[in-house]
Amino acid sequence: MKKQIHLGAHFPGVNNTTVWSDPAAGSQTDFSSFVHFAQNAERGLMDFVFLAEGLRLREHRGRIHDLDVVGRPDTFTVLNALAAVTSRIGLAGTINTTYNEPYELAVQFASLDHLSAGRAAWNMVTTSDAFTGENFRRGGFLPREQRYERAAEVVAVTRALWDSHGAEVEHHGPQFDVRGRFPLPPGPQGHPVLIQAGDSAQGRDFAAATADAIFTLHGTLEAGQAFYADVKARLAQHGRSPSDLKVLPGVTFVLGDTDAEAQEEAVRIRRQQVSPATAIAFLEQVWGRELSEYDPDGPLPDVEPDVDNVSITRGRVRHARDPRVVAQEWRDFAAAHGGLSIREVVIEKTGRQSFIGTPRTVAARMDEFVQRDACDGFILVPHLTPGGLDRFVAEVVPELQDRGSYRTAYPGPTLRDHLGLRHPHAPLNARKESA
Amino acid sequence: MSPFTEARMHLAVELTAAGRHPAAAAWAGLDPAALLSPAHHAGLARTAARRGLDLALLPHTFHPDAGPLLESAAVAARIAPVVSGIGLVPTATVTHTEPFHVSKSIATLDIVSAGRAGWEPAVSRTQAEADLFGRKPAAPADVLWREVAEAVEVVVRLWDSWEDDAVIRDAATGRYVDRDKLHHIDFKGEFFSVKGPSITPRPPQGHPVVVLRADEPEALPVAARWADVVRISAPDLPSAAAARERIRAAVAGAGRHPDDVIVLLDVEVHLAADRHRARRDLLELDTRAGAELPPSSVRVLGPPTDLADLVGTAVRTRAADGVTLVPLVLPTDLDAVTDRVVPLLAGRGLLRTGRAGGSLRSRLGLSRPANHFVGASS
Repeated sequence: MKKQIHLGAHFPGVNNTTVWSDPAAGSQTDFSSFVHFAQNAERGLMDFVFLAEGLRLREHRGRIHDLDVVGRPDTFTVLNALAAVTSRIGLAGTINTTYNEPYELAVQFASLDHLSAGRAAWNMVTTSDAFTGENFRRGGFLPREQRYERAAEVVAVTRALWDSHGAEVEHHGPQFDVRGRFPLPPGPQGHPVLIQAGDSAQGRDFAAATADAIFTLHGTLEAGQAFYADVKARLAQHGRSPSDLKVLPGVTFVLGDTDAEAQEEAVRIRRQQVSPATAIAFLEQVWGRELSEYDPDGPLPDVEPDVDNVSITRGRVRHARDPRVVAQEWRDFAAAHGGLSIREVVIEKTGRQSFIGTPRTVAARMDEFVQRDACDGFILVPHLTPGGLDRFVAEVVPELQDRGSYRTAYPGPTLRDHLGLRHPHAPLNARKESA
Repeated sequence: MSPFTEARMHLAVELTAAGRHPAAAAWAGLDPAALLSPAHHAGLARTAARRGLDLALLPHTFHPDAGPLLESAAVAARIAPVVSGIGLVPTATVTHTEPFHVSKSIATLDIVSAGRAGWEPAVSRTQAEADLFGRKPAAPADVLWREVAEAVEVVVRLWDSWEDDAVIRDAATGRYVDRDKLHHIDFKGEFFSVKGPSITPRPPQGHPVVVLRADEPEALPVAARWADVVRISAPDLPSAAAARERIRAAVAGAGRHPDDVIVLLDVEVHLAADRHRARRDLLELDTRAGAELPPSSVRVLGPPTDLADLVGTAVRTRAADGVTLVPLVLPTDLDAVTDRVVPLLAGRGLLRTGRAGGSLRSRLGLSRPANHFVGASS
């Protein structure tokens, strides 16, 4: 049997990838949008629907960023409600380990797993910024180097609680002291599926040791193959096999009746994603200074980036690279392409979609990435809510099925079944608990 | 709000998995696994909704002796899309949890239930609960309720931190949101500071219904300031009437109109063909549990007419604006209430007739609250 493609469906989120100005764009927060999106993904036999999270509204130049979609409902609440209107699809939520306590998280994920009959997944993120901390008791921030220490300890404590069967659990570590009994039997999956997002060496190690799937960046086929080989090779040292960790890059796509039409549509979407005001905001993010006087259809600024003003945009991941290098790269790029405007450069540098073409072209290209071991599947990030996956499900899914690379029915009731993951067993976790 | 009338009597029910009595599941022969299934919980709420009960209270505690216990906010969200018409009020404790998370959780329950959400804040008193979190020791009641007051204020301010019309989707200027209608709450209190705004827009009801217990003197000022619905327990109806007057005075003292607060009396219920049979059942339950379950409030052990009589008297004597039925055994006591007691109450003209639609607030005769921040600059 051919290697099978796994698909996650990312509900369009709070960033400029999500186009809200299109007439087809619906509400980002109405429950009906989530129902449409999840039920359609389930019709497409996808492994899971995926919710992102951000615990502080983004701010730009000291004010709430108003150019992109703002706001989202609570992750656990939406996933539990979606469990009522779907029956098979996995329910994956991003939940932060910095601003939650492991005992409560264990109760929440066990509840979701019971109430969804074994479909819960946890995309575990650990933030370190004091900006987000201002919304929480804990306040302050987590030193960067402690992020994975905290994440590992959360995994150890929650798994010990899920596995405890009424026995007292006692944990003492640098991040947490937890003692007591857990009120629930293990959920249908034993442990919810654990997803790790993050491509750093530390993140890869953490994923190899503990995660069931890694949500990574999409790049070239070769880059994907290198990442895939690296991550899978790390599994053995943790006593795990290559099939225990799925590599799932986040990808965007544009479909058309012909490849040329899809390319035209892709350009149109990129211009929606990068409005003139968004282009300036991106520019300010790189330059670290106010640039509102600049014409988005004019050339890049001559002024150099302010390298000390690294926090002009807060609440999102920033470029880790030296802004002066990025600025020069953008100038060279604009010049090499016949003098591109600010907006054109931002569109080219930030907005290019992963897969563009007819449903057949897209299916073939995605299949190539999977069959050639650049990944095990994809987390699809559509640009529209709630119908952004409709055409993919109607037209790309059958193409993938025709290629023999995609299921024609769900293999079992739980998300672990969909992903081909083993049911966790006690001895492995007893070992982790003592770590 | 209209003045108090008998016809405005409100009927709530407390829905745990198997009933208030700790031996209920074993006594009734329920499969423990079924108690964790969504079908069980949806079935209970649907039974209550079908007979027009106003709200289902879904208790939660972190105390490990409480038995198998799903998080009640999760249960409420899971049943909201498939059970219509009834208010859903989970307990969310505030002693060891984050007000920011609670605020968006309840706001989102309001979204997925189309405006039928409420919230009962509660405290975690014991060291056993504190040890599950390991962040602070157990605290006395006065400290716990001061913290509740802060938590409720933060939660409500976060609900208001988005004005209703903050999302503008103005393609001409490229702005999705009018940031002048989003507000930092800048709360700084004794127990925590929260910056805001919420990440979740203002919920459909503006403020989901806030339900607070006011049995302890330390809780009374919190209820007087913040509650839409106050739960009380009392050994008898005269004590309940006195408690209700105390609460209405405190509400007035807090600058609110007493009729803006609904006082619900807990009534423990186990129904049988006759009183003898009901008492014999309780004896069996207590024996099985290995301990007598002392009444937490007025308790009715008897036939459906006994419960209808007590509820009627409670409302007529203004001991309460309505009752929270606390079934000792589920689902049988709920079935008896809906099949037998509700028709009796309706026949006596004690319940509203016709279908109540819309939000939980409108069902309870509560207005949609103004936004604290409207008119304020950001």
